[in-house]
This record gives sequence, structure tokens and C-alpha cells, in this order.
Amino acid sequence: MGTTLLKIEGLTKAYPGVVANDGVGFEVGRGEVHALLGENGAGKSTLVKMIYGLVKPDSGTMTFNGAPYTPAEPRAARLSGVAMVFQHFSLFEALNVAENVALGMENPPPMRDLARRIREISAAYGLPLDPERLVGDLSAGERQRVEIIRCLLQDPKLLIMDEPTSVLTPQEVDILFHTLRKLSSEGTAILYISHKLEEIRSLCDGATILRGGKVVGSCVPREKTARELAEMMVGGEFTTTDRSGRALGATIFEVKALSLPSMSQFGPSLREVSLSLRAGEVLGIGGVAGNGQEELLATLSGEVPSAPGTVKLHGQDISDLGPNDRRRLGLQGAPEERLGHAAVPNMSLTDNALLTGTVRRPLTRKGFLDMTAARLFAEEIIQAFDVRTPGPHVAARALSGGNLQKFVIGREVLQAPEVLIVNQPTWGVDAAAAAAIRQALLDLAAKGAAVIVISQDLDELMEIADRFCALNEGRLSAPRPTEGLTIDEIGLMLGGAHGMAEAAQ
Amino acid sequence: MIRLVKRPVPSKAWSWATPLIAVLATMIAGGILFAVLGKNPVEAIRVIFWDPLFGPNAGYFRGQLLVKAAPLILIASGLAVGFKAGIWNIGAEGQYIIGAICGAALALAVYPTESAWLFPAMVILGALGGFLWGLIPALLKVIFGTNEILVSLMLVYVAQNLLAYMAFGPLKNPEGYGFPGSRNLQQYASAHNPELIAGTGAHWGVLAALIAVIGAYILMHRHIAGFRIRVAGEAPRAARFAGVVPARLVVFCLGLSGALAGLAGLFEVAGPSGQITDSFNAGYGFTAIIVAFLGRLHPIGILLAGLLMALTYIGGDMAQLMLSLPSAAIQVFQGMLLFFLLGFDLLTNYRVRIGRARA
Repeated sequence: MGTTLLKIEGLTKAYPGVVANDGVGFEVGRGEVHALLGENGAGKSTLVKMIYGLVKPDSGTMTFNGAPYTPAEPRAARLSGVAMVFQHFSLFEALNVAENVALGMENPPPMRDLARRIREISAAYGLPLDPERLVGDLSAGERQRVEIIRCLLQDPKLLIMDEPTSVLTPQEVDILFHTLRKLSSEGTAILYISHKLEEIRSLCDGATILRGGKVVGSCVPREKTARELAEMMVGGEFTTTDRSGRALGATIFEVKALSLPSMSQFGPSLREVSLSLRAGEVLGIGGVAGNGQEELLATLSGEVPSAPGTVKLHGQDISDLGPNDRRRLGLQGAPEERLGHAAVPNMSLTDNALLTGTVRRPLTRKGFLDMTAARLFAEEIIQAFDVRTPGPHVAARALSGGNLQKFVIGREVLQAPEVLIVNQPTWGVDAAAAAAIRQALLDLAAKGAAVIVISQDLDELMEIADRFCALNEGRLSAPRPTEGLTIDEIGLMLGGAHGMAEAAQ
Repeated sequence: MIRLVKRPVPSKAWSWATPLIAVLATMIAGGILFAVLGKNPVEAIRVIFWDPLFGPNAGYFRGQLLVKAAPLILIASGLAVGFKAGIWNIGAEGQYIIGAICGAALALAVYPTESAWLFPAMVILGALGGFLWGLIPALLKVIFGTNEILVSLMLVYVAQNLLAYMAFGPLKNPEGYGFPGSRNLQQYASAHNPELIAGTGAHWGVLAALIAVIGAYILMHRHIAGFRIRVAGEAPRAARFAGVVPARLVVFCLGLSGALAGLAGLFEVAGPSGQITDSFNAGYGFTAIIVAFLGRLHPIGILLAGLLMALTYIGGDMAQLMLSLPSAAIQVFQGMLLFFLLGFDLLTNYRVRIGRARA
């Protein structure tokens, strides 16, 4: 890999109550694709934010391209040749591609020249993109290309990518990797953050593994198995989920030709979604976020009523019932957004237990709150789902994402639903907590509940779902048994590569 | 350098301490203001805060305290429920006027018939008038998506014009020698809202205010409906997930606060004020907004804040009279109270750190 491009030594950054990075050191060579591996909260984000000038280290040194490197702000980092593609895009949906790119530049050239440059770069790196198109009309994969091209226009020496594949279909991932390998062969180093181990094994030349803010190891990912990498990340034995002991019963939940106009300007509308679910079954719904997942959860949970006859539970039409009436009949949901949707950030866990728990649990008497019962219910959730918190009086916003997610899932599971619908149940959750949540969903199914898991994480769906269907632009594909389903077939179900045929060659 | 660091959990202690600190800061800043105006600050503060309660003529002023505090507390209790849900009724003044007109109109229509049913009927009409006036911004919001802040506020001016029209027109006292204003309800036994215990100032409105405080406390802190209202204010999507129908919530909150404001207006017109005149409204509907926030949107806090605000009204009047302080200075003084409260409120959610950031 030749000479060292970026060298980091003893980098430390502490926040009140937590040391995010503790004496971190590693090297990235020119043209190297280097992975940063670690669970959520291991310190990966803080580390790259320091490299990109967003956060100042408390101590430690960085050397970039042979010179001391202390970026005061992202602009300084970009001038030195460091570019970053964030997990969450910062794009304006109402502007076109070229305008969005221009907004991120210090001295944007005239729009016509810029559009030409965008076309050149997109052709050179196999990332087709029309500079005139509105970003709001683009798929997640295409939006990511806007961000990548924005970076490439600066001719970076180091490109940082934070969880780039979480929003892509498998085919789009192939194309992205193709681009990244080309960049690497031209001498651009890539710092690649992910917790998808197979991707890292196929793409990266080296890896640094972080746990609890410290470097706990480094390796050449190709020489390790995914399991070994996972165990280095978690720092212990990795438990696999147990999906035994389930028997499928009668069909209890049916959705027929459910259509719903889009809830936001650029959001998709649901089109003729149909599915049916048997007791004890886990149905996985895959797809890139923004293809109708939120809309589907909202309408199935009862937040948004649908046309008569579209949603049936035990043969009873529940299309026009609100969330609490559906809970009474045994249908529970857990939305993707934890803070502000599944839970109220400023309220205590006891209050958050009340949020959905009053219908199936005796937490009220004639409408009056029984705070003791609510606190006991919250404690029961904390106990049963190993939620790490000082107690039920703590505000939801004080919990880490994974802990709050365990609380939210626990709250719904402990109400013994007959149908449970969860959206992105392990998004942003560390591996151990994610495994616990998946097991809880399987256990629930083993007791005879029907479970719908909406997730972007295809590995997760393969692990727990009996049948798989894809949600793409508001349309739900016909379900297929997960057994024997290949990743390529899934990719095609997910809508392939969004018009990327030419680049795939 | 001073920095603000967000607290992981809002501080309980500060949320109780900030109103007290705000009152103290208002006294200090107000004292400076009065000193600049050439008055003795200590004396001015004493006249405003001490004399009405313990001064030589305190006997009279203590009665006034309840008379002034009751409408503020009654209105603020209703407003606070809506504010907790993020529904901003700024038009309580208008609902207060309409409530007074509706109740008084009934009495004036049946004058001089004496009946035990008249006063209760007036109370119901007063509440109904305020409720319907509050329903206008609610329905416009639900159906057309209008902003309830603007609509409710503008309806205050509509109500004021309606009040002037009533005072000079349909409700004018036919035996009033051409003077504007209605008959005085204080002289109409069946319609009068009398002082229940002599010398205390306690009329039916004071009792209603107490009931409103207790009712609001039970609703907001003991009942699932109040819990959902609080959730709606904190996280609207979570509220929908918990089964709250936003349209119903808007109607409930604006209707409730309108009805309570209407009640306050009725008790006022049938009691202390006695008459529908074009200047009948005294700004209680707007001051109640300050009271609601000063009381932390909590019923008990509102009770105390209403009394405190009434005190500054009475004390302010006294200061005008005895120290010839301009009335604008008193209004600035009341404004400071809200300003300091909102300012110190920051401490509930943030910690102040002094020193350079170790970024």
C-alpha cells in the first residue's frame, strides 16, 4: 500500500460522563481501503468527526500527507484533501443535483460548467447522475451518488464514508464498491465505517477495531471470518438466535389492496399493498428506507385509517379503527423513530410505559392513572429486556438508542400482542442488544403471535423471517420463503439498482 | 466564556426555583427602574408587594386581591391545558368579553323578573359564549389549517367592537339618560354575583377558580386524557401513536379555555364590574397568559401566580396613586416578570458552565 497517508496517535476525546475515544491510534496508507469496525457507541463517529474537523480532540496528534494535521473546521479538512460522505444526507429535495453540489462548494463554477463536470465524473466512476434532476425525485442510492460526486469534485486524497451501504440495494452496493475500488486504484484512500462484516471482508484492505473508545485490534479482514470479526467487535462469544419451536397456525392478519396517498411531498404513496400472516409466523419486509415503510407502519398501527375492508384482524375489518382500538384487539406496533414517535423524549420511562400500555395492561382505573402500576410495568420492561438505566424515573432521552429501543420493543412484547409490527427494530442498536431484540421477536412468534419486521438489514430478515417480501416505491412484492433465497434474488425484488444497468457492466 | 450545557433530564429543583428567582430579579430590576425615575426603590417595592397585604388599608385591598386573582386563575387554568398540548389560545380576552355579553344579555332580556334560575342560567350562557367564540379558531384550524394564534388574537378585536356595539346599542340601559353602558346587574338581585363572605372579595367566580384549579390538576396529572394532552405537546407524533386525534384535541383545548374565559367574564360582569360598558374588559385575558407561564402551566403554580399578579395590579395602582409612578412603569414591571421567568427558565433544561470549552 506504499507510504502512509494518515497517521493518528493517542487521540483522546472525552464528553461529560463518557470517554468517546481513548488514546486511539492507527494508520491509513495511500490508496488503502481501511475499515473502522465497532458496535454503536464504540467511538467510530467521534473519531471520523475529529479527522473531518467537526470535533476537536482533547489530546493526541494526527499527521496527514507527512505534515501535522489539526483541522479547525471541515473547510480546513477539505482544503487538506479530506472529504466525507455522511450517513444522513444533507441535500435539499427541492433543488436539482447541480444546485445541491454547488451549495457545498467554496467557489462554485458557473452552473453549465458544473453540470458538465458532474457528467464527466459520473461517467468516469460509473455513477450515472443527471445534474438537472430534482433531488426529491431521486432514490436513496442516487442521493448518495450526489454526495459522493460532491466529494470527488474536490479531488480528495482521503474519502471517509459513514455506513454508506445501509440505504442501498445489493446491486447498488456492487456498483458503489466498483467505484470505491477504482478510486483506490487511483491512489485515493478510503476510510470505511460499517458494521456489515461481509462487505468489509470483500472491500477493505485493512481494518481497525474499536470497542468502548479504544483500539482493541487490527486485522486484514479477508483473513478473518465474519464471526471472528464480530467477536472482536463485541469482545466475547457471539450468540446466534434460536428460531426453533414455532408452529404456524391459522391466518389471523390480512391486508388487501391497501393504498394510501403519500404523507409528505417526496414520500411514496402505498399502492395496492396486500399481505397475510399466520399465527406464529414472522414476515420480513425489506427495502431501502423511504419506500413506504413509515407509511405502512402508520396505517397498520391505526395512526392513519385506510379504506374499508383493507385491514382485517381475525376476519374483522379494522381499517377505520384508531391505534388504541387496534391494541385492544391485539395489534401492536413499534415505529422506527424512537425519540418523538415510539417514545416521548422528555418524559420518564414510567410515562412512556403509559404511552401505549393503558389498553392491554391495567394501568388506569376508569381513566384515572395508576402511577404505581405504571412504574411496576416500566420496571418489568427494564428487568425483562435488560434496559440499562438507573430506574423508571429517568427521561427517555437520557437512554442510549439501543437501550431505548429495547424498552420500546419490550413495552410492546410484554403486552402479549397477537400481531406485532416493528419498523427497523435494531437500527442504531449494538450487536448484543440487536440479538436480544431479534430473539424476543422470535420468542413472541413461538408463543403464537404473528410478527411483521420491516427492516433495511437484509441479514436480519434472513435470520428471523419465515417469508420475505420487498417494499419498493410503495409497492409490496409477493412474499417468498426466506429459505433458499439468494442475495441476488432479494436485490431484484428490491427493485434492482434503480436504473443502473449500464454501470453494472 | 459562558456556555450552556444541556441537562440529560430537566431539573425538578430549578423548575420550582425559577419563578421565585424571576420574582426576585423583577424586584431588583424594577427597583432600579423606579430609582432611575427618581423614586425610592425600597419604598416602591414595599408599596407594590407589602402594603396591599399588610399595610394600613390592607383590609380593603385583601378583598380586591381575590377579585382580581379569580378571573386570572380561571382563565389561566384553561389556557395552560391548551399550552401544554401546544395549542396557543391567545384570544382569551375575546372569549371573556363574549361570555360576559351572553350572560348579561340573558339577564337584561328578562329584567326585572326575579328567579333563582336566572344566575345559574347566566353562568351556563357565559361559559357557552366563551366556548363558541373559542370554537371559531378551533374549527378554522381543523378544517382549513389556519393558525389558531392569529385567529384567536384577531377575534379579540372583533369581540371588542361587538362589546362597544352592545354597550351603545342593544344592551344600553333604557333608563340611563343616554349614557353608554347597560343596567347595573349589581342592582338586580337575581342576576347579581355577590360577595359570598363579606370583606373577603370572594364571589362565585373565586369558587369557580378554585374548582378550575382542582379540576385542571386532576385532568392533567391524574387522568389519561391529561396525560395524552401532555404527550401531544411534547411529541405530536407520539401522541398520534398513543391514539390522540389531533382535531379533537384542538377543539377540546380551545373550547375548554374559551368556556373558562367566558365564565370569568360572566362572573366579572355580574359581580365586581356590574355593567356591560365599552371598556368593560380589563386585559385579564392577556395577563392570564403571563399567569399561566409564571405558574409553569401547573394548576397549583397558576393559583400562586394569579395571586401574585393580582398583587402587582393592586400594588401598581397604589404606587401610581401614592408615589405617582407612571402606569407604563407598572406595565414594564409586569412585563419584566415574564421576561425574567422565561430567561431563567433556561436553567431547567440547561446548566451554565463558566470557562473555555474544552472542545
